[in-house]
Amino acid sequence: MEKFDAIVVGAGPAGATAAYLLAQAGMQVVVIERGATPGSKNVSGALLFSQIYNELFPNFWESAPVERAIVGHSIAFLGQETSVTLDYRDLDPTHTPHNAYSVLRACFDPWMAQQAEDAGAMLLPGYTVERLLVENGRVTGIHAGGDDLLADVVVVAEGTRSQLLKQAGLRDDFYAGDVSIGVKEVIALPEEIITNRFQCLTADEGVAYTCVGHTGGVEGGGFLYTNKETLSVGVVVKIDALYKSQRQPHEILDEFKSHPFINRLVHGGKVVEYSAQAIHRGGVHLIPQLYGDGYVVVGSAARLLLNNVMTLRGMDVAVASAAAAAKAILAAREKGDYSRASLAAYEQFFKQTDVYQDMVTFKETYALLENKRLFNVYPDLISGVMDDMFSVKARPGKKAYRALRDNMHDELTLWQMLKDMAQIGRGLVR
Amino acid sequence: MKIVACIKYSFDVSEVKVDPATKELRLTGVPQRVGVIDKNVLETAVTLKEATGATVHGLTLAPAGAREAFREAMAMGLDDLTIIDSADLAAAGPAVTAMILATAVQKLGDVTLVVCGEASDDGVSYQIPPRIAERLGWPLLGYARNITLTGETITADRDLDSGMQRVEGNLPLVLTVTQETNTPRRPTLMDALKAKKKPVAVWQVAADLGLTPEQLQARASVTRTAQEGIVIKRKQQMFQGEDMAALANQLLDALVVERVVTE
Ligand SMILES: Cc1cc2nc3c(=O)[nH]c(=O)nc-3n(C[C@H](O)[C@H](O)[C@H](O)COP(=O)(O)OP(=O)(O)OC[C@H]3O[C@@H](n4cnc5c(N)ncnc54)[C@H](O)[C@@H]3O)c2cc1C
Repeated sequence: MEKFDAIVVGAGPAGATAAYLLAQAGMQVVVIERGATPGSKNVSGALLFSQIYNELFPNFWESAPVERAIVGHSIAFLGQETSVTLDYRDLDPTHTPHNAYSVLRACFDPWMAQQAEDAGAMLLPGYTVERLLVENGRVTGIHAGGDDLLADVVVVAEGTRSQLLKQAGLRDDFYAGDVSIGVKEVIALPEEIITNRFQCLTADEGVAYTCVGHTGGVEGGGFLYTNKETLSVGVVVKIDALYKSQRQPHEILDEFKSHPFINRLVHGGKVVEYSAQAIHRGGVHLIPQLYGDGYVVVGSAARLLLNNVMTLRGMDVAVASAAAAAKAILAAREKGDYSRASLAAYEQFFKQTDVYQDMVTFKETYALLENKRLFNVYPDLISGVMDDMFSVKARPGKKAYRALRDNMHDELTLWQMLKDMAQIGRGLVR
Repeated sequence: MKIVACIKYSFDVSEVKVDPATKELRLTGVPQRVGVIDKNVLETAVTLKEATGATVHGLTLAPAGAREAFREAMAMGLDDLTIIDSADLAAAGPAVTAMILATAVQKLGDVTLVVCGEASDDGVSYQIPPRIAERLGWPLLGYARNITLTGETITADRDLDSGMQRVEGNLPLVLTVTQETNTPRRPTLMDALKAKKKPVAVWQVAADLGLTPEQLQARASVTRTAQEGIVIKRKQQMFQGEDMAALANQLLDALVVERVVTE
């Protein structure tokens, strides 16, 4: 039976990174990917935060298929027929690397996989790993396409739906409350219209919106990213809340798109793609066991994700975890020991990364994602206050506090609001 | 013994749309891959290889950049693949394509059997196999099923509109198959692994096959493009109301008038 140094399951950002680093260090690596090409099965925003990619592939944006450099991030609160937006723009176009780039995964994932192949990894697309081979609690290989394949170490990088470890009895199932569903449409518009509509200087510049509110009363948020000739528009909502609401994911997306603020941005566009995918909410307190005898778990298969309301980071977290795992595997190779104890270095390395530090920093943010008022009450409240502050009406004007109290109606007590502010403060401010 | 399997990098025709205004086919953005019928070609060639110990060589006129698309074909059992770079050949007609493929077969040397699909998924000209046979001066055995090869003799059933015709032919010859000929295999993971190590050669029409643009030009066929298409104008009659039985009767009456149903 054929034996490799390492088998990587899945050619997403996590799998491709692990394969790239291991192959570069001279290991014999095979990557097995279920899609006919990497990225073909993927649903993602996708906003790629540059930092870690640039460390791994310096100046990647020059050769990788990125869509637009994200020069503006906005957060929009969507009230019933109103919106309040906070825009941040980096107006110096020479700042590279830009904080983020929009990418289409069907183009970007193959590029990542190609880097791994160029480094010597062997990519086998079109095969689904059906199960892990386990001997006395030790992962020894995989079964796919009718064959068993052995390896010293298996890198599980199969994304959110990760079933292999559970199937092998090495991990528990998800807790439904920790899972959201992301639904997304790709909407085609001429390049020039996008550039103008989003006030970009050139077709290489783009913006990203994170939206709060107007997701059908279900906890979650919306996003809108500009690609070259398309927009990626979607919502991410909690699965248990969605289930309770008895609504379909696409209804929530339709409702989000029908909001006048979003509608103006997507107006005239043609939907060319629709997709949906589960997404774990991540969070440092939910990180599962990351390694065991003969295996490591990386990326969203390990439920690694960072959502701080402002940004949803999955790809760079996946890359960071895979890089840490690769480092541990290379150390294990030195010792010729791929046991659980040896691979434990992965967790130590991961905890030293900036990504992990960010996860710790934003650990209090998760309570926010559970707070219904953030999605149901505050967008309208902020809009109401703004309306009172800006509008000249046939009644005496108000200062902010009065406007706020008047707009709270009966939906919110001052005490509740103070508590929420404290929660937001803990989550995002201090 | 050397078998050549001619396979085509084809448009996925299910993704082709018609421009409503000009009636032209919209091919930009339509994905391309090894065609459906080409899997039957590969299955045939590889089955014969397994039965006889021959070698099977893939041959295709395709953009050199498409080599990744041939991974599965390689895994199905080709020994190697030759891509004739089509970069400079904007939409070569059947005569030109056949000339190029036949010349390549000769250059591969010692080939005694060429297997083709009856027609490609997208071009559907049915001309390539007979033209290759003509150029090579070999007989053509078309629409074959139940193919067996003993020594130098091929026996097969020809799947014709009028029925099955059992024929026998001597090598060398050109064989065409249909989608009904067999069920293509699904390569295993090991097949895919082995395929990784198989050689892929890229040939240039001029440099490697010695065919000059003038020679090709002389074979270029005259084409006339008609883009009227078939336009079906729907009557767009709408029956509205609450009474389902009355609506059904109206519909039936309309269908009778249109002679879709007879009384
Ligand atoms: C709607 C939505 C929007 C998002 N937006 C963003 C964003 O803007 N920015 C961001 O950074 N992150 C975003 N994310 C998160 C991001 O997509 C993921 O965190 C990231 O893709 C994780 O990478 P990965 O390599 O771990 O897994 P994946 O990208 O999911 O890759 C896993 C790969 O494994 C393959 N695979 C699965 N099972 C098997 C098997 N059994 N055998 C073989 N192959 C298998 C899959 O086909 C896939 O290619 C978003 C997610 C969703 C759902």
